[in-house]
Amino acid sequence: MIWNAVRESEAPEKRRTRQLADLKDLVARLYNRVPFYRGRFDSQGVKPTDIRNLEDISRIPFTTKDDLRETYPYGLLAADEEDIVEVHTSSGTTGTPVVDAYTRNDMDIWAEVMARCLMMAGAEKGDVVQNGYGYGMFTGGLGVHYGAHAIGCNTIPVGGGNTERQLQLMRDFESTIITCTPSYSLYMAEVAKDMGLNMADLKLKSGIFGAEPWSDNMRREIEDKMCLKAYDIYGLTEIIGPGVSNECSEQNGLHINEDHFYPEIIDPETGEVLPDGEKGELVFTTLTKTGTPILRYRTRDITWLERGECGCGRNLVRMHRLLGRTDDMLIIRGVNVFPSQIENILMEIEETQPHYQIIIDRGQSHLDDVELLVEVEPKFFSDETKELERISRKIAAAMKNKLGVNLHIRLVEPKSIERSMGKAKRVIDKRIT
Amino acid sequence: MKVIQISVFMENKNGRLAEITRLLASKNVSLRAVTIADTADFGILRLIVKDPDYARDVLLEAGFTAKETDVLAVAMDDEPGALAEVMELFEKNQVNIEYLYSILAGKGNKADVVFKVEDLERGQSLLKQNGYDKPLDL
Repeated sequence: MIWNAVRESEAPEKRRTRQLADLKDLVARLYNRVPFYRGRFDSQGVKPTDIRNLEDISRIPFTTKDDLRETYPYGLLAADEEDIVEVHTSSGTTGTPVVDAYTRNDMDIWAEVMARCLMMAGAEKGDVVQNGYGYGMFTGGLGVHYGAHAIGCNTIPVGGGNTERQLQLMRDFESTIITCTPSYSLYMAEVAKDMGLNMADLKLKSGIFGAEPWSDNMRREIEDKMCLKAYDIYGLTEIIGPGVSNECSEQNGLHINEDHFYPEIIDPETGEVLPDGEKGELVFTTLTKTGTPILRYRTRDITWLERGECGCGRNLVRMHRLLGRTDDMLIIRGVNVFPSQIENILMEIEETQPHYQIIIDRGQSHLDDVELLVEVEPKFFSDETKELERISRKIAAAMKNKLGVNLHIRLVEPKSIERSMGKAKRVIDKRIT
Repeated sequence: MKVIQISVFMENKNGRLAEITRLLASKNVSLRAVTIADTADFGILRLIVKDPDYARDVLLEAGFTAKETDVLAVAMDDEPGALAEVMELFEKNQVNIEYLYSILAGKGNKADVVFKVEDLERGQSLLKQNGYDKPLDL
């Protein structure tokens, strides 16, 4: 089912016309109401009237995470403070938090786009949505909650953690949809096994997984262990929270709710806009928000866009699942490595678990020394060292072959790498601490 | 003759071995043989105990990675040349030995040695034919 077929399957020309009207309106509003944006426009010699077609968006200066931090808390507010009905901030683990302040209008948009996302993943009235995203300042929990309510789903606000209870609720209330981080779903499957609970006996049909990068190989692993269809969801506090884009039944890219969040792909070095199909940094302009709308926000996420009719009946532009971030890319002895690549390689090696940790340090010779901690799959544990060393060598050879770098493989005990309730801590870079 | 060995995966971490022995002590598991095969990154602890299934379950329940393997325990005379005699037997008949270790304090004038051989069945029948079939008193 499609939540809003009029918008999600709209003729592209008609959509573009409204996007342009909304963009013009937004730019004028921000120029008049937000000194930060007026200053940016003036210093670049750009006027709101310079925006005559959608391509002119490239004349608008970018907004970065640093801009958001410098204007904390209300420097980018475009509405009257009394019209704000809810505030969320990012966790601030990497610095000053960033703020999303929602007006009534923005809350309606949020529920609308999240309802669309849930339906892309198969939700309809009658479904029981078990929401394993954290409630509170984090947007994940409440975003899913509002969308599930809009559809009329029974919503179980369990939040993150407390895995045994999660599984009990899942069994007793016959949850049909689970939302949480992908790594946590695998942890859940492990705990279920320990509890003697067979996932195939539960009623789950869909899982909506986000808030951390994952791969198609991990999808297969999750679908197999959780006995459901796994969908990728994407969103970020700066734009609205979850609800920016989601996979549909085709599982071939995430449909961006582009009538609200206008996407561009740019070259992260030059800032130049790249054509569809080319890989680069994802940039968003929130066309319709009124609380803290944002112009050309640089997400640091790397992906590419694809347009056209989709088998699901929507024609919203699709973004490929995230290929990495411009800032979590590891440079190991001069070679660019994304943690998602390491994960992909491990998924193809049956003797290991998909749980890993990368520890990068400057070795004694001041060269980068990379240790990859990998859990051994218990059924491959052997009483002979040569067998375990064979597994180590196999992993090292696969890494060398596919990444072009030598990693020191350290086999560790199953379940010894910390399972995250939120974002998995995959990389410990001692070079930057 | 054929006995069950328990092996336990151990990361090279401080106190890991102490943790295992403390656990087994608390569950009243008496060790008849203990040896460690180690590499730079990890070790494999190998144990012979009276009730291997029980010991394995104790370890698994505590979250360790443990498994059972069939090995050959041979009671031989505690005098010079006894081991050489068994080794010669294996060598002559091309039974390859993966590893061996001795059992703590043999009983009477016997010394017990544990062999992990490539071909267990062949090793076992060979020992039987040559009079090394005395059951082990664990």
